[in-house]
Amino acid sequence: MTYALIPLLPFAAFLILGIFGHWIKDKAHLVAVPAVVVSWLLALMVFFDVAGGHQTSFPLYTWLTSGLLDIHIGFSIDRLTAVMLLLVTTVSSLVHIYTIGYMHGDSGYARFFSYIALFTFSMLMLVMADNLLQLFIFWEAVGLCSYLLIGHWYDRPAACSAATKAFIVNRVGDFGFMLGLLLVWYSFGSLDYSEMFVLAHESAGEVINVLGPFGGTWDISVLTLICVLLFTGAVGKSAQVPLHVWLPDAMEGPTPISALIHAATMVTAGVFMVARLAPLYNLSSTAMTLVAITGGVTMVVGATIALTQTDIKRVVAYSTVSQLGYMIMACGLGAYAAGMYHLLTHGAFKALLFLGCGSVIIALHHEQDMRRMGGLKHKLPITYWTFVVGSLALAGFPLTSGFFSKDHLLVSAWSAGPLGQVLTALGLVTALMTAFYSFRLVFVTFWGPSHVDPHHADHVHEPSNTMTLPLIVLAIFSILTGYLGIPEFLDPMFETGAGEAAHGGEASTGIMALATGMGLLGIAGAYYVYVLKPALPDRLARQWQSLYRASLNKWYVDEVYDRTIVRPTFAGATGLWKRVDVNVIDGAVNGVARAIAWGGWLLRLTQSGQAQHYALGMALGAMVLFTLYFFL
Amino acid sequence: MSFVTESTARWIALVATLADLCVALPLWWLFDPQTSQMQFTEHVAWITSPPIYYSLGLDGISLPLVLMTVGIMPLCVLASWNAVTTRVQGFMAMVLVMETTMVGVFVALDFVLFYVFWEAMLIPMYLLIGVWGGANRLYAAIKFFLYTLAGSMLLLVAILVLYYYGGHTFDILALSQGTYPASLQTWIFLAFFAAFAVKVPMFPFHTWLPDAHVEAPTAGSVILASILLKMGAYGFLRFSLPMLPDASRMFTPVMVVLSIIAIIYGAYMALAQVDLKKLIAYSSVSHMGFVTLGLFVLNQQGIEGAVLQMVNHGITTGGLFLCVGIIYERTHSRLIADNVGLASPMPQYATLLVIFALSSLGLPGTNSFVGEFLVLVGTFSWSKIATAVASLGIILAATYLLWMVQRVVFGVPTPHHLPKLRDLNPRELATLVPLVLLIFWIGLYPNPLMSRMHQSVTNTIASMSREKVAPTAHPSAGVITPLLVDSEEPLEIQGGSR
Repeated sequence: MTYALIPLLPFAAFLILGIFGHWIKDKAHLVAVPAVVVSWLLALMVFFDVAGGHQTSFPLYTWLTSGLLDIHIGFSIDRLTAVMLLLVTTVSSLVHIYTIGYMHGDSGYARFFSYIALFTFSMLMLVMADNLLQLFIFWEAVGLCSYLLIGHWYDRPAACSAATKAFIVNRVGDFGFMLGLLLVWYSFGSLDYSEMFVLAHESAGEVINVLGPFGGTWDISVLTLICVLLFTGAVGKSAQVPLHVWLPDAMEGPTPISALIHAATMVTAGVFMVARLAPLYNLSSTAMTLVAITGGVTMVVGATIALTQTDIKRVVAYSTVSQLGYMIMACGLGAYAAGMYHLLTHGAFKALLFLGCGSVIIALHHEQDMRRMGGLKHKLPITYWTFVVGSLALAGFPLTSGFFSKDHLLVSAWSAGPLGQVLTALGLVTALMTAFYSFRLVFVTFWGPSHVDPHHADHVHEPSNTMTLPLIVLAIFSILTGYLGIPEFLDPMFETGAGEAAHGGEASTGIMALATGMGLLGIAGAYYVYVLKPALPDRLARQWQSLYRASLNKWYVDEVYDRTIVRPTFAGATGLWKRVDVNVIDGAVNGVARAIAWGGWLLRLTQSGQAQHYALGMALGAMVLFTLYFFL
Repeated sequence: MSFVTESTARWIALVATLADLCVALPLWWLFDPQTSQMQFTEHVAWITSPPIYYSLGLDGISLPLVLMTVGIMPLCVLASWNAVTTRVQGFMAMVLVMETTMVGVFVALDFVLFYVFWEAMLIPMYLLIGVWGGANRLYAAIKFFLYTLAGSMLLLVAILVLYYYGGHTFDILALSQGTYPASLQTWIFLAFFAAFAVKVPMFPFHTWLPDAHVEAPTAGSVILASILLKMGAYGFLRFSLPMLPDASRMFTPVMVVLSIIAIIYGAYMALAQVDLKKLIAYSSVSHMGFVTLGLFVLNQQGIEGAVLQMVNHGITTGGLFLCVGIIYERTHSRLIADNVGLASPMPQYATLLVIFALSSLGLPGTNSFVGEFLVLVGTFSWSKIATAVASLGIILAATYLLWMVQRVVFGVPTPHHLPKLRDLNPRELATLVPLVLLIFWIGLYPNPLMSRMHQSVTNTIASMSREKVAPTAHPSAGVITPLLVDSEEPLEIQGGSR
C-alpha cells in the first residue's frame, strides 16, 4: 500500500484544495507541501527497496472490460520507475516549497497549489503505470495540468493562447499515440507492458500494407508502425521538432511550473515512454533511426534559437528543447540508460535554472527581458551562485552532473554506428552552443553594468527563504547526481546497453575530452563576447543579419504553421459552414419545403369553387379515359 | 389553469421528476447483469386484433438510457425554474409528457407501442420550441416537426411490413428473431434509416438540429440533445441490427462513411460558430457520429462504446447546454463575443464549464474518453484508415472547445455585463454538480456500467448471426460473418410466439 500512497497523497491534497480552496486560500501550502514531502519520503523508501533488488507490479482495480479488452489500473515498480519517482517527488517538493514564496499574495494561490498537486499525482501515476492505456490516460492528464497552469493568469491573453496552443499541439501528437495504442491492442491483444514485450518478439516479422485501402502496396513492419505512432506522442509531449512550438510559449505560465512541468518532469515523459518501451523499439531499427534523427535535429534547432533570445525564460526553454533532443537522440541510438541519466541530471539543473530565473523575475517585479537586467550578482548572491552552478552543469563543466551525463551520452552515441557518430558530432557542436548561450545568460543578467529599471533598482533583494532554500538544494543535486552511479543502476533495465563496451576505449576518452573542450570553449567565448567586448554582439548580429533574424524568429516555424494550417483551417470552416451547410444542405431542405408549398399552391388553383370548372375537369377526364380505353 | 399557480406547477414538476428518479434508481442494483433477457417486464393486452400489447422491459442497453433520462429531467425542471416565466403550467406539463414518451421509447417491447411513444414525443417538443422558444421559434419548430415526421412515416410502413412478414406480431423480441429475405431487409433498412438517421441526426440530415437548439428554451435544448438524439441511435441498435442483420452488414460501409463525415464535418462546422448553442449543436453532430460509427462496426467494443457514448453525450452536452442557459439568463446573449472573461466574476461557473468542455473533447479521466476509446477500438478492427480519420475529430474537438473556453472563460469581461455576472446560485449548482460527478465516475471507473451492458450487447451481436447462443457465450470481437446474399428465400418465416 506504500506504493499506492505515493500518488494518492498529492491527489488527496488536490481534492481538498479543489473543493475547499475557496476557504483555505493562503494556507493552501499547509495542505499541499506535507502531502508531497511525505510522497517524497515514500519514494525514497521505494528507491532503496528497488535498489535492494525488489521489483513488483500489482493491479489496483479493473478499469474497463469489453469483449476481450480488459484494462486495469495498476502499478509496476522497477528501477526505471524508481528513479523517475525520485525525480518527480524531489523536484515537485522543492517547487511546492518555492511556490510559497513565488505565488505569495496571488489571487489564485490555492488553485495553483491544487493544480500542481494534481500534476504531481498524474505524473506519478504515469511513471508507475503497468500498461499502455494507463500511461496514456495520465499522459493526457499531465497535459491538462500543463494547460491549466500555463493559463493560470487567465487575464493575460498571451497566457491563454499559449495554454490552448500547448493542449492542441499535444493533441496532434496524441492522435498518433492513440493510433499506436490501438495498433498495439489489435496486434498483441493486450496493453500490459509485460505481455506486450513478450508478444512483440513473436510478431517481429509481421508487416502491414498501409496503402492497402488505396490500392497501393507499402509494407511496413507492424512494430515499426507501432513505434513510430507512439513516438508521435513523444514528439508532442517532449517538444521535439516539428511539434516543439508549444514549449517556449508555455513560459507564459508562472515560473515554478516552468521548472516542474516544462523542464524537469512532464516534458521528459516522452523520453521516459521510449525508454519504458525499449523492448519494442529495439525490434525496429527503422523507428529507432527516426527517433535518433528527430532528437538530433531538435537538439541543434533548440540550441540555435536559444543563442539569440532575449527573454531569460525563453533562453532556458529553448535550452530545454535542445537538451530533450539529446535525450531522445540517445534513446534512438539504443543508449537508453544514457538518455535517462541525462534526463535525471537535467531535471535537477534545469529546474534550478528556472527557479533561478524566477528569483530574478520576482526581484525585478516581473521583468523577463535580459536586456533590462545586468549587474545583479551582488544584489542576488544566492541566486547568482546557484545559477552559475546550474549553468556550469548545463554547459558540461568538469565534475558537475551535466558533465558526466553529457559525456556518457555522447560516448554511448559514438559507439552506436555511423549514424551515432554523425549525431555525436552534431552533439559536440551543440555542446559548444549550449555553453555559449548559458553563459551569455549568466553574463548579461548578472554581470556588467545594470540596465535595471531605475524604479526598482534600489530595492532589488534576495527573495524569501522558501525560495532560496530550493535553489541551494537543487544546486547541490546539480553536482551530486553525477556521482550516484545512475547509469550503472539503470543498465540492467535495458538489454542492449549500447556503448557500454566502448567505455574506457580511446575513442571514448577522445569524445570526453572534446566535449569538455567544447564546453570550456563556449564559456570562454561567451566571456569574450559579452564581458570583454560588449559591442561585439550587435556587430555580429548586423553582419550575419539573415541568420540572426532566423534564429531570433525561431526559424519562422510558428509563422509557417499559422499560414499553412491555422488560418486556412478557420477560414475553411467558416466558408464551408456558410456555403455548404447553410446554402446547399439546408437550402435543399428549405427547397423541398418551398417546392411542396408551391405544388400546393398550384393544386389549389384547381379548387376554384366554380361548378363549371369542375364539370370541365370531369369532361376532360372522361375524354382521356375514353381515348385510352378505345385507342390503346 | 388557474387551479395550479405557477409556483405549484414548478414544484409538482420537480417532485414528479424526482419521484420518477427515485423509482428508477433502484433498478441499477436490482438489474441482473448476468442475463441478456428483458427484465422488469410488464405485459398487458391493449388491442386484441391486431395483437398489440402494452409491453415493457429493460435490458442492459435500455437501462443506462432510462436512468440517464430520468436523471436529466429533474435538472431540466430546475433549469427552467426562473427562465420560463410565461405559461409555466403548460411548460411543466409538456416537460412531464416528454419524460413519459421518452422513457416509453426506451422500454417499449411492442412495436406499435414504441411507435406511439416515438410520435407522441414530437408534439410536446414542437410546443416547447414553438411556444417558449426564441425569436425564430416557429421556423425551427415546424422544421423540426416536419423533418422528423417525414422520417417517421416510413418507420410506420416498415413496422406494418414487418408485422406481415414476421408472423403477425408486433412483439419486438419475436420480430428480432425472425429472418427476412435480403431484398426486403434492404427496403426496411432504408425505411428505418429515414426515421432514425434524421433523429440522430446523421449527416446530411442534421440541419434541423442547429435551428432547433438555438431557438429552444434551455430545458428544450437539454432534452433534445441529451435524450431525443439517442432515440435514433437506440432505434438502429434495437431494430435495424437484430431484425435486419444482412442489410445492416450490407450498409455498414455507407453508415461508417456517413458517421465519419459527421464526426469531421460536425467538428469543423463547430469551429466556425459564433453562437454558443450552435457550436454545441454542431459538436453534437460530431459526437453522435461516434455513436453511429460504433454501432455499425458491429462488434462488442464498438457497440458498447456507442451505448456508453450515448449516455456520455447526454451527460456532457446536457451540462454544456445548461451552462449556456445559465449565462443566457444573465447577459441575454448566446454569442461568444458577448460572454467573455467569465473566470474572474464567475469562478464556479467557469470551473464547471471547463469540466464539461474537457469531457466533451474526450479527455482521459472523463466519461467521453471511455466511449470514444471503445468506439475507436471497435472501429480499428473494421478499418484502420477509418479509425485514423475518425481520430482526427478528436483533434478538432480540442480545437473548437478550447478556443471556446479561451474566449468565454479566460480574458477580461465586458464592463457593462460585469454587474450581471453573478456566480452560480444553489439551484444552478444543483443542476450542474450531479452531472460533473457522473462525468468523473464514468471516466475513472466505467466498469460497473459496462458490466451491465455486456450480456445484452453480446446477445445483440449473437442474434445478428441468427444462432441461438447461450447467454454466457462470448463471441470473439470483430468477427464479421460473410454477407448473406440469398434473396430467394420463401417469405413466410417463423416468427416468435408468446
